[in-house]
Parts: sequence; structure tokens; C-alpha cells
Amino acid sequence: MIHDYIYPEFEVARDYDKCVVCRACERQCANEAHVYKEKYDKMTCINENCVNCHRCVTICPTHALKIVRSGDTYKRNANWQNWIINELVRQAGSGAALLSSMGTPEPYPVYWDKLLINASQVTNPSIDPLREPMEVRMRLGATPGTKPQRGADGRLKTQLPPSLNLSVPIMFSAMSYGSISYNAHSSLAQAAQQLGIYYNTGEGGLHRDFEQYGGNTIVQVASGRFGVHQGYLDMGAAIEIKMGQGAKPGIGGHLPGKKIVEDISRTRMIPEGTDAISPAPHHDIYSIEDLRQLVYSLKEATRYTKPVIVKIAAVHNIAAIASGIARSGADIIAIDGFRGGTGAAPTRIRNSVGIPIELALAAVDSRLREEGIRHRVGLVAGGSIRNSADVVKAIALGADAVYIATGALLALGCHLCRSCHSGKCNWGIATQRPDLVKRLNPEIGAQRLVNLVTAWEREIKEMMGGMGINAIEALRGNRAMLRGVGLNETELNILGVKHAGA
Amino acid sequence: MNHRPPRLEGQDGLRIPAGCAISAFINKDGTRTSGDVIRKSIAVMHERSNGLGGGFAGYGIYPEYKDYFAFHVFYMSTKAKDECEDYLERNYDIINLSKIPTRKHKNITDAPLIWRYFVLPLPTKLDACQKTADEFVAHAVMYINTNIDGAYLFSSGKDMGVFKAVGFPEDVGEFYQLENYAGYAWTAHGRYPTNTPGWWGGAHPFAMLDYSVVHNGEISSYDANRRFIEMFGYDCTLQTDTEVITYIFDYLCRHEGLTLREAASVVAAPFWEVIGKTYDYRKREEWEFLRRAYSSLLITGPFSIILGYSGGLMALNDRLKLRSMVVGERGDTVYIASEECAIRAISPQLDKLWSPDGGEPVIVTINN
Repeated sequence: MIHDYIYPEFEVARDYDKCVVCRACERQCANEAHVYKEKYDKMTCINENCVNCHRCVTICPTHALKIVRSGDTYKRNANWQNWIINELVRQAGSGAALLSSMGTPEPYPVYWDKLLINASQVTNPSIDPLREPMEVRMRLGATPGTKPQRGADGRLKTQLPPSLNLSVPIMFSAMSYGSISYNAHSSLAQAAQQLGIYYNTGEGGLHRDFEQYGGNTIVQVASGRFGVHQGYLDMGAAIEIKMGQGAKPGIGGHLPGKKIVEDISRTRMIPEGTDAISPAPHHDIYSIEDLRQLVYSLKEATRYTKPVIVKIAAVHNIAAIASGIARSGADIIAIDGFRGGTGAAPTRIRNSVGIPIELALAAVDSRLREEGIRHRVGLVAGGSIRNSADVVKAIALGADAVYIATGALLALGCHLCRSCHSGKCNWGIATQRPDLVKRLNPEIGAQRLVNLVTAWEREIKEMMGGMGINAIEALRGNRAMLRGVGLNETELNILGVKHAGA
Repeated sequence: MNHRPPRLEGQDGLRIPAGCAISAFINKDGTRTSGDVIRKSIAVMHERSNGLGGGFAGYGIYPEYKDYFAFHVFYMSTKAKDECEDYLERNYDIINLSKIPTRKHKNITDAPLIWRYFVLPLPTKLDACQKTADEFVAHAVMYINTNIDGAYLFSSGKDMGVFKAVGFPEDVGEFYQLENYAGYAWTAHGRYPTNTPGWWGGAHPFAMLDYSVVHNGEISSYDANRRFIEMFGYDCTLQTDTEVITYIFDYLCRHEGLTLREAASVVAAPFWEVIGKTYDYRKREEWEFLRRAYSSLLITGPFSIILGYSGGLMALNDRLKLRSMVVGERGDTVYIASEECAIRAISPQLDKLWSPDGGEPVIVTINN
């Protein structure tokens, strides 16, 4: 007999001197980690159930709770580490592929943290954003790249392809209704409108209640084509074709039937209780020329009034792929790095497939410039943008704007327990259980998102002012404003930056 | 003999910030004035340079050769000269060539060989590559400066010429015997680079065809501008602001067919807030178009530039006016300088004197 018991990763530590047995933790824990023992009038814990989401820690009125990493360990082994053994044991027991949520937690290099930003000293002045205008507005889209035409009166013809008008170069990236809750979507939509930016429906369609935010919505067309119809396309400010996702390049998606409840079924236009399966490829796109057809089909359908975004996962040959997309009629390319989040992905894929966004972004921007077509397409970087410095670095590397999602969820209460796939999100975000969803107040959620982006905007302006730059366009691709620390020659070459001190 | 210091501007991506003085004037009636006048003007602002670069551009100075491209070239060695002349002979009809006359000057040392050629592209070569004469010459400038080691072509327009060196501008003017040239417009520059060596090519003005730029400032948008303009065949070998600014104007005006005023609205674009509040919808649309279509050519950071071109001058400040620049008028002559004293030195009485707003181009053309 082989015993598969694995000691829990976390232990709930309760200070019994402080605990008043109010049982709030028990009521709040959808994972049922807290249990009331009537016989002793005491709370106890089932550590096996704890996912370390910190819900109980934050709501406990007497702060009697904390979650600690359990000390249980196998014999020390640098190669066969605890988690590697545990995952293997689980698979030996179940025969199943492992599932994970959110971005990879593995210790891959984070290049943002190895890039440093410049500031003015003596030879040119820094600019105080409180005294002088500091422009962070970004028009995101394509420019024709052909010589401007003049009318008979000699005036310039001023038509340009449709674009997105961002008050600050940050957007909320795709998270479908289904993978996240109604209230989470509501928060994102309201915040996007208040901020003058955009949120993204993901592949789950657009709920009728959110049609009012259409002017601040990017509608996604993914391989499952859920919820895609003429009205949906017309509703959005831009259309995004999802070719891939950083957390799981090369594979599709799977929303289990139990999450396809009434509202979601209507929004996705599929029967209740059926699994929503997004195929790995689009079944009408087997090569770049097919993508071109879809891009133009969508443009025809919307009478060339909306920019079309093509979102791709950062993979090895990203520069050549992006160059192909730039010539396929896409107005904007969104690149999703491998640290990007997900509602559910096979663990092995999330942790082993794709490349970091910093390198992908730099490679794509450089390639598009080598080919003289960088201005003909907008470039959006996503996949773990964690703060305003990451935004500044991404733009200096060459992005027009960034996508944030994990950061937005953190603002809504997410504590990165990475258990979205269980559907029991205690924060009301990655769940469809009404009792959990209602924990997230959309008005408060929206306010927190507005706070976050506003705070970042202030910081971006401060950093720009320090560099003596008063328009975000002048920061874009301005790699002289970056220096690397602790990077090797190859990394510096790909990033196109010099080492600090050089 | 190697005249170049160990690490040059542009080499290994070396970028050297510099502060500066600029001065210029133009006679709207086309009268030609001796180059000694502009030398006197820039000399007043001695304290704004540090002796590591000075230069002049004169327009209308070669009336007898006005239909020919005037190439001014620095050679670091006779080998470079042979190589370059070989290249020129294969591609151009050279109707005159000579050393540029200079006088010995105690403050100007380590002079390279300085030659001048009046040329026209060979018609057969033009036909073969399907380029206009201007495009052909622009290509030659890039080719020689990038590929012929020790040769540096620093002036390539018609009926105009650039004269520059390492030194204080007033000494550079004496060195080149500017009193022997007469032009309807002159620009001048005194440089204050932050490094020690400085080399002759790095002095201003920087020129491309008949565009020449003198510039005071340090632009913070440099790498964004450079990486954009390099998509269109320009090669920023010097890594200086002036170089990239010259290419930007060449690109916008020659390649894209914009007017100077439109080009000014690109590099010193009105703030979005100003665009939004503009009542004239045609103006608003035009500004928005220019700002969007050429967003990577917006220049930020402090600058005051004087752009010379055939028949005119344009002065432009950055949007916030972080560098001083004044404009004066006396009769048919318009003066532009970093400081008023530089204007008063050559025209004590003025009809008008003003300080243009940030981002507001001052364009003066000769009447003809």
C-alpha cells in the first residue's frame, strides 16, 4: 500500500487568547478550512483545505489568525525539491495533468528589476509635473506610413486609421466573464470609463448590463468565438483577436460546465452547464494569411471604424511573428509575456512555455524598426506589469501602452493564492458563486482601480519629469533612458540598452 | 597621423551633452553680407562656449556655382581623401575642387585636410538608381560618413556651405577667412560640450543638403527620435541632437512634403489640451494629424534651434521654452540669437525685438 498523504503547504495559526469564537472565519472560508467544535466551543482548522488566500486573516476582528508555511519537508535536495516531489506524487495518484492559476511563481529572471531609469542633472533641466504640463495621453493605433496627401486647397488630408485614445497608457487586459465574476467585470468597466482607458471583455462575451461602457471596452474574438455577434463587435471601441495567452501559449481554454450558469450561458451564447472549450488554434487561422482574412472580416463588419488588436503570447520566434502580424492589417499588436496570469492553465505549460515580456517586447520593437514598420502598428505589452516603474520601462523599451490584469485583481482584493481554477474565490473575483460574488462591491472595486491607476499616473509623471520628458511619445522606445544592472552582453543586446555606468 | 581622440562622439554609442550659443541673421532683400559680421555677433557670447566647437553656415555664398552641390569634406588622412575622391569621381561630375582656404591660427590646431568639391550626380548613375539628385546626394552623405574611414562630409547643399572646427567660434571664423564670403543668411554656433576632446565633425552647424541646424539644448527625446528616423535610411553616427534634428527636418520636409510650419508643429507639437481647445476645427484636425502621424518626432527637453535652408531661416524653441532665444528686426534684416547682446553687437539699433513663445516657429524668407 502506497500512502499519498502530503502534509499541507500552509498551517492556520490561531491565537486562542485573541479568538472570540465569532465564527466569522468559518463563514467566510469557502474552502472550509475553519471548523467550529461545538463540544469545546472552540474554532479549529483543517489545514489541508487552506489555500492561503488571506481572507480570514484580513477579516478576523481580533487579528487572531495568520497563515504560516508549514515546516514539513523531505530530505534536503536541490534537485528534487519538495514541490517537485509533491506534484509527482499527486500525478502518480491521479493520472491527471496538473492545473494552476495566475502567473508562474517560478524564480525566472524579472528583467524589469534589472533595468534602471535615467534622470536629468545639470545639462538639462528636470520638469516639475506640478508646475508644467506633463502629457501621458497616448493615441494607440496604426499610422499609414505613407506620404501625407493634400487636398486641392493645399491643406493636409487629415484622415488616420481609427485609434484608441488613452488618458494614461495603461489598460485592463482580457479577463472573461466566467473566469471572473460579474462584480469584477463591473468594477473594471466602471473604472475604465472613469479613467478614460479601456478594459477587455476577454473571450466570454459582453454582458448586457455592461453595454453602456462600450466606449471603454475592447471586445475580444477568441478561438471559441463565444458571445461574438454583430452587436458585440459594434459595441466595443476596439476588437481584439486573441491568438494566444502568455500563461499558456499554444493551448486553448476550458471553462467547466458548472461555471456556465444562466447569465454566463446567455452572454457566451452556449447552453447552460456545457463546458466552454476554446480550441488551441482558431479553426479558421492556420497561417498568417488566414489571420489577415479575419482581421479584414472584422474591419469590414465594423466598416473600418475600429482598430483591430492581435494578441499573441510571447514565444521564441516572437519578432518574426509580430512582423507578420504588422503586415496583416492589424492596427495594434498586444504581446503577453509568460509571467502573465490565467484563470486556469496546465501547470507544466504555465511554468515552462514562453519567454519574458521584457525580452519579447524589446525584440519585437527592434525588429519592426529594422523593417521600417514600427510606426504602422501600435504595441502593447502585458504579462506582469507590477508597478508604475514597470510601465515606464516597458514604454522606454518600445511599448505604446501596457496591459495590466493581475495588478488590477490585486487592487480588487486578490491575494494571489493561485486557486482561481477551484472557483471558490473568497474575494468574489474568480468565482460564480452568488454568495462569494456579492463580497466584491463593484463601486468600491472601481474606486480602488481608479486609485491604483491614478497613483501610477502620478508616479509616471514624476519619473518622466525627472528625465526631462514632458510627453509620453518621447519616452516610447527611448532606450537611452534605461540602463541594465547585472545583465550579460546577450541580454543587453536583446534589450538594446547599455549597462549601468556605460 | 591620427587627429581623432580615442573615443569619438557616436563611437560605441557615445553621446555627449552640450550647452551652447547660437546666432543668425538673414537679409530679406537678398543682399549679401560678409561672414565677418556673424563672427562678431557670436564672439560676444564667448562665455557660452568652451572652445570645443564652433561653426558657421552661409547661404548664397557660392553664386558662381549655385547650381552645383558644394561638398565640404574633412579628411584625417590622404588615404581617406583618395578613397573618397575615387568614390566621388565614379558617381559625380566634379566641376571644381580645391582646398578650403584657411589661415594659420594659434587657437586652431590639429586641423584635418579640408576640401571642397562642386559636383553634380552623373546622369547615368541617377537613371540607374531611380533617385532624385537630392536623394542621391543624401545617400552619398550617409555612405561616405559611414563607410569611408577618416572622411567626413559635413556640408552638401547648393549655394551654401558649412565651416566648422574645434575652437571658439570667433577663432573658427578667422581660421576659415569668413570675411571673404558673402551670404544673404548666416548662422553661427559656439559649443559647450561636457566632454574634453571634441572633434571637428561634432561641431555645429550640422547639415544635410541645404538644411543646416545650429542648436542649443539637450533633448530628452533623443533616442526615441533617433530610433524612429533611422527607420528611413538615416544613420545617426554622431549621436548628437543636432544631427538627429537635421535629419528630422530633412525627413519631414523633403521626404514627407510638409511645410516648415507643419514640421515645427511636429517637433514642438501643441499640447493636447491646446489642441482640444482650438476653435478652428481645421487647425485642430491638422495638429492632431501631425501629432499622431509623427508622434515619435516630437522633441522634448530644452532646445532652441535655427534651421537654415535655401532662401530662409527658421527659429524654434521647445514647447516650454527652456532655452533663451530672442529675435530682432532692423529694416530688411532679421536677427536671431541666444542673447540680445549678440544682436546688438552687430545692429545696435533695432526696430523690433521679441522673445518668441515656446513651440512658436519664426520663419523668415527672402523676397524674390
